[in-house]
This record gives sequence, C-alpha cells and structure tokens, in this order.
Amino acid sequence: MEIIMPELGVFFWTAVAFLIVWFILRKFAWKPILNMLHERDQSIEDALNAAENAKIEMKQFEEKNQQLLKEAKLEREKLLKEAEETQKRIMNEARESAKAETNKMIEQAHKTIEADREAAFAEMKNEIVDYSIQIAEKILRQKLDNKEEQNKIAEQYMSSIKVN
Amino acid sequence: MRVVFISFFIFISSFSFAVSNEEGHISQQEELDVKEIIFSHIVNDYSWHIFTTPGGKHVTIPLPVILYSENSGFHVFMSSKFNHGHATYKNFKIAEEGFNAGRIVEVNANGDVVEGTLIDLSITKVVVGLFVGVIVLLLIFLSAAKVASRNPKSAPKGILSFVEPLILFVRDDIAKAVIGKHYNRFMPYLLTIFFFILISNVFGLIPFPPFGANVTGNISVTATLALFTFIVTTVNGNKGYWKHIFNAPGVPWWLKLPVPLMPIVELIGVFTKPIILAIRLFANMSAGHIVVLAFIQAFVFTLLSAIYFGMAVEEHH
Repeated sequence: MEIIMPELGVFFWTAVAFLIVWFILRKFAWKPILNMLHERDQSIEDALNAAENAKIEMKQFEEKNQQLLKEAKLEREKLLKEAEETQKRIMNEARESAKAETNKMIEQAHKTIEADREAAFAEMKNEIVDYSIQIAEKILRQKLDNKEEQNKIAEQYMSSIKVN
Repeated sequence: MRVVFISFFIFISSFSFAVSNEEGHISQQEELDVKEIIFSHIVNDYSWHIFTTPGGKHVTIPLPVILYSENSGFHVFMSSKFNHGHATYKNFKIAEEGFNAGRIVEVNANGDVVEGTLIDLSITKVVVGLFVGVIVLLLIFLSAAKVASRNPKSAPKGILSFVEPLILFVRDDIAKAVIGKHYNRFMPYLLTIFFFILISNVFGLIPFPPFGANVTGNISVTATLALFTFIVTTVNGNKGYWKHIFNAPGVPWWLKLPVPLMPIVELIGVFTKPIILAIRLFANMSAGHIVVLAFIQAFVFTLLSAIYFGMAVEEHH
C-alpha cells in the first residue's frame, strides 16, 4: 500500500524542481538550442535548394547548348547545301555561257568562211572572164588574119541577120 | 504506421511489467526477505541507506525532515534523530503500521497518534535524487546552450553533440510527428519532461548515492508530471477540442440530451489521460529497472503528452 500512497512532500518538491528546470531551461537552453537547430536546418535547406537550382540551371544550360549545337549543325548543313547549289548554278551558267560563246564563234567563223568563199568565187569569175576574153581575143585575132575567114564570118552574121 | 509504433512500445513495456510481477511472486514463495529488499529500493525513505554491515548495523546518510504541524508549528531536523525509525523525536515518529506506515506521524506522550493536519515537506531520498537529476540537467543543457549560441552554424561540438540527436528526436519524431504545425509551442515543455524523466531513470540505475533513488518510480513524482501535462493540455485546448468534449460531432443527439452521456464520458476521458500517464510511468519504473526502459519510458511519457497536446490544438474541419 505504501508504494502507491501519494506523498505531499515529494509532490511539492517535484513541482518546485520541475517548474524551476522548466523555466530556466526554456529561457536559457531550449530557446538558443532550438533557434540554432532551426537556423542550421534553414541553412542546410537553403544550401540544398541552391544545389538543386544549380543542377536545374546546369541542365537548362546543357539543353540550350544542345539546342545551339543542333541549330548550328542545321545551319551548317543549310549553308553547305546552298553553297553546293550556288556552285552548281555557277558551273551551269558558266557552261551555258561558254557553249553560247562557242556557238557564236563557230557561227561567225562559218559566216567568215562563206564570205571568203564568195569573194574567192567572185574573183575567180572575174579572172575566168578576163581569161576568156583574152582567149577569145587571141582566137579572133588569129581567125581574122586571113581574108577568107573574115568574109566567112561576115557572111555568117549577115545570114543570121537575114533570118531575122 | 505511427500508431503501430506506439502500441508496440506500450505493449513491450506492459510485458516487462507482467514479467517482473511474476518474478516477484516466485521469489515471495522462496524467500520473504527479497520483497523487503526490493521494496526498500523502490519506496521512499527519510534517510539514504548505503549498506548494512555483517553485524546488522545500517549505514545511512541522514536527510533533513521538514514538518508543519497544526498543533506544534514548524519543525526542521535531521532524520538521524529517528535512529532508523526506532526512536521518537519531538513527538514525531515514523509509523510502523497502519494507513500511514512508513510516514511521519505526530504522537502524544503515551505514543498514540495525534489527530490534526501534518504537512510533511521532508527532503526524502526521492527528493534528493530529484534535485541531483535537476542539477545535472541544468548543468548539461546550459552548457549545451552555450555551445549552441557560440557557434550556431557549425556542426555540434562538445556536450551538444551528445544531446542534439535526442533533441532532434523529440522535435522530429515526437513533437512534429504527433502535434503537427503547432509543435513549436510545446517544444520547451516536451524537451524538459523528456530529459527530466530520462535523467531520473538513468540515475535510478546507478546503484550508489547520490544516484539510485527511484524518482520516476514514485507515484507522487509521476502524478506531478502528469498534472503539468494536464494543465498544458487544458490551457492550450482550442475551440475544436472543447467542442469535441461537450458536443462531439457525429454523435446522435439522444446521447447528449437530456442525459449528457457522451459529454460526461468525454470529460472523464480528459482526466483519465493524465492519470494513465502517471500510473504508467510509475508502474513501469517500479517494476523494471532496465536500461532500455529508462529511454522508452521517457519516450512514451513525452509521446503521450505530445499526443494530448496534438488533440488540444488539432484543427477540426
């Protein structure tokens, strides 16, 4: 029975001791310790958040880089393609113009040749005419040397006139 | 999950209580003296018994006796005047039997007990143990606080590194987990009661003076602590808490009117909670002086206090 009988003295001293401890520790121990713990938690949390943010930023950077790289690649491809096209076009154009020039030159050559030939022909004709006249003259002169012959020709002409 | 955790601890502690009872029963049959020895360790005493010589002489430390008698006023003297309870001093003696066995009673010249109020504020063995615990508690935590305020941002140093895990345990696993967002308000009380019980329990395990007093196994100590928990709970009870007691939602009206059956049951519950707290700690600490219990009982008392605070400030929807 003794063990469960409340004792006023113990009750009183427990209350006094506990109240003293409670108030002293509350003011001089729990407050600074809990504040310290809270601040430390806060700073740890901040540090973790900062690390997390840095990680996210890093990732964003990487993504951006990747994007830039991709864009650069595309740009390069585009440029290359364009250059190739330009090159092709220029080459084509050069080829075309060269061809045209050649044709023109050939044509001109043809024309020149034609002209030269015609000129040559004309000259030849003239010369042939000259030669023919000279030959005719010689023949005529030979023929008309004797009288008989002259008469014959005159007669011939006369007869032809007569016919007319 | 948490409920399982809590019930596990309560189960374990009641189990150890049961086992101790059984052991006590067996030893009672074998040797009657064992009960005497055990009880002399558990119950309070006006002097501090150190050892008994082979010749049967008790070596004890006398402690101050402080009395206020309605008949003869204040008296302060050392307990050695009682000569181990065999002598009467200034009309006072330690009762050997009856309702007040082991307590100081006032007697007349014939040795009969005198009626009248007798307030006994003696510094008994338990009170000395209590003071020792309180002084060590103050020393530990004031120096820990000094460490904390000197270098607030660095890792814990010195004594703080020993107590910090326990403080964090009380904060995160008891207060935050059970009370919720208003936990901060109750932290000083919970920490004080946790370390108060823990240090009393641990010192109770050290078998030589000034340690070894069965502080938390004393019903008056646990009742005082429970009373504080009750006061803190009641003072902090919000509107929802009181409404739940006097007009519990979801309960049929005929349980409240005309006979307020539910309010009465709930109101009884308000008072049984601290009583349970007191008896639990007292019974377990009396039954088993086991190292694990020193921690578990401090934990359970603090946890249950926190649960009651949580109920008091819970936001009802």
